[in-house]
Amino acid sequence: MTAIRPAGKPRARAHWLLLPAAAVLLVVFFYPLATILWRSIAEPEFGPGNYLAVLGDAVALRVVLRTLGTALIITAVTLLIAYPYAYAMTLVGRRARGLLTLLVLMPFWTSLMARNFAWYVLEQRGGVIERAFAAIGIHGVTLLGSVAGVTVAMVQVMLPFMVLPLQNAMLGIDRGLLHAAGSLGAPRPTAFLRIYLPLSMPGVLSGVSVVFIMSLGFYITPALLGTPQQALVAQVIGTRVNDLLDFPGAGALGAVLLVITLVVLALLGRVAGPVGASMTGGGDRG
Amino acid sequence: MTEPMTGIATTQVTKAYPGSERPAVDDVSLHIADGEFMTFLGPSGSGKTTMLSMIAGFTPLSAGSITVDGREISRLKPHRRDLGVVFQQYALFPHLSVARNVAFGLTQRKRPKAEIDRRVGEVLEMVGLSGVRERFPRQLSGGQQQRVALARAVAYEPRALLLDEPLAALDKRLRDQLQREIAHMHRELGMTFLFVTHDQQEALTLSDRIAVFNEGRIEQLGTPAELYERPGTLFVAQFLGESNALRLRPGEVTIVRPERVTLHTGTESVAAGQQRRSATVTDVVYVGDHSRIWLRYADGARGCAVLGAGTTHEHRPGSEVVVAWHPEHEAVVPDAEGNPK
Ligand SMILES: Nc1ncnc2c1ncn2[C@@H]1O[C@H](COP(=O)(O)OP(=O)(O)O)[C@@H](O)[C@H]1O
Ligand SMILES: [Mg+2]
Repeated sequence: MTAIRPAGKPRARAHWLLLPAAAVLLVVFFYPLATILWRSIAEPEFGPGNYLAVLGDAVALRVVLRTLGTALIITAVTLLIAYPYAYAMTLVGRRARGLLTLLVLMPFWTSLMARNFAWYVLEQRGGVIERAFAAIGIHGVTLLGSVAGVTVAMVQVMLPFMVLPLQNAMLGIDRGLLHAAGSLGAPRPTAFLRIYLPLSMPGVLSGVSVVFIMSLGFYITPALLGTPQQALVAQVIGTRVNDLLDFPGAGALGAVLLVITLVVLALLGRVAGPVGASMTGGGDRG
Repeated sequence: MTEPMTGIATTQVTKAYPGSERPAVDDVSLHIADGEFMTFLGPSGSGKTTMLSMIAGFTPLSAGSITVDGREISRLKPHRRDLGVVFQQYALFPHLSVARNVAFGLTQRKRPKAEIDRRVGEVLEMVGLSGVRERFPRQLSGGQQQRVALARAVAYEPRALLLDEPLAALDKRLRDQLQREIAHMHRELGMTFLFVTHDQQEALTLSDRIAVFNEGRIEQLGTPAELYERPGTLFVAQFLGESNALRLRPGEVTIVRPERVTLHTGTESVAAGQQRRSATVTDVVYVGDHSRIWLRYADGARGCAVLGAGTTHEHRPGSEVVVAWHPEHEAVVPDAEGNPK
């Protein structure tokens, strides 16, 4: 009943294959990151000044909170759309599944700017969305310049990052388990809640982590579709760097964002831990 | 026909999957008596699983009806049917411990916690797995997983237990062992068992009665001995073990089982009144408790004789023999070639 795993040696030997990637990461990621963090504590004079400034700045804090809130809403909306979508993908035939995959990957094939301008046109005053709502009797729906407008556009681009891990997890669920639950006396909703949902959790957690973290760092979409009054962290960092040339201050704000991201990842990891362990725990099938 | 009061009855049950030319299950009527061990036996694709899953409620019927104790169930959802199901691939819930898997049906029925605990202990003990309550399915061997699945399916004392090729994924030794355990469970629980298999040996060993499936229909239904000794069709004769299938008269085939023939080196030793046929030995296989002598008759038909372990014989491949049997051991079936299905 003990698991037979590949011996440790070949794996250790394969480590040098990671060298090129590690080198690139070191130069283009860790070096700049270290520079920014260093400057955030070293300039204009050494000390926690920049951080105290950020934490004491009501505007900056409000921006951080707004960013977290927006990312949370985007993640929730994406999950609500992606879950049934991914579920449907596991039920249909191969060809329909291919088509559904194509549809969800569409945002990847349009350039970032083209996509955002398309949303700009759709969401603007007198645009398609406003007229569509007006046609069913709801007037004055202008998404442009609102958090809702930003959310809609960001959800679209985030969908594949949620759908793909969900679908991956769902394809691994034996549908016979639902039959088994039914025969044991569970009505469909119970079978879903007690069996299907927990088994799809690894997909939910990885989709949620990716979407939440990516949403924290969005820059162009909120800049174009939102308003400066409702700016998100990435825009504020951009303003500090580009307009105010405040590199240390931007670095401090960036570090705050990084810490929040790491905390979220750690929390999700704690939730994912037990779920994953119970399903893969112990040995392989004997 | 009057509706039988107890047990499971199917009346003219048909299932046609959309887009397939012939029905997967075609006009099947049968009655499984209360407490009976009934087996659906047939080759792959003959409709056994479809039939079982219509009874379990996973597949809707195209036509016909199914009753349990006289109550129509064919339109009830699976969770309202009170049947236990055991699947070929175990279908244990991977994220729940063994104890919680086994408790699942009892939890759904909102039994008190103490009763659930007691019952889980009882059924796990029955399948010899008291020590693994807190393990997860992945940590168990295939045989242990199937035992847990059996325990889970009987824990809430369902009206009947349906088993779809439960032993097919296991190796031979485990299969034999679990076969005995399933027979023991059936006796112990007195529950109606509906067992699906493509393995004729398994069917003959376990069943009170066997329904032989072929292309969605029941070819023959009877006790193992009836089916083996008195097959009604060539298909049944050939599906259930070896036979000497001889075309003695046009339009029909005479079936004689290998245990019912004797081999002679000349006609002198053949008793009067016995049927006889000459054949050539093609192969001799010693299997320990018996020997199998493979034969080819003059018309090219293949056959087989079984000689008990104590028998000494000098048959070698190439020897000419006379095959003899008593006419009462013959079964005459229509020739499939003159009577195509
Ligand atoms: N879901 C399905 N859709 C279409 N055809 C099916 C489906 N399930 C089974 N069949 C067909 O029905 C026939 C009987 O299948 P099945 O009941 O699984 O047979 P068995 O269990 O005896 O091997 C086969 O021809 C099979 O291809
Ligand atoms: Mg089958």
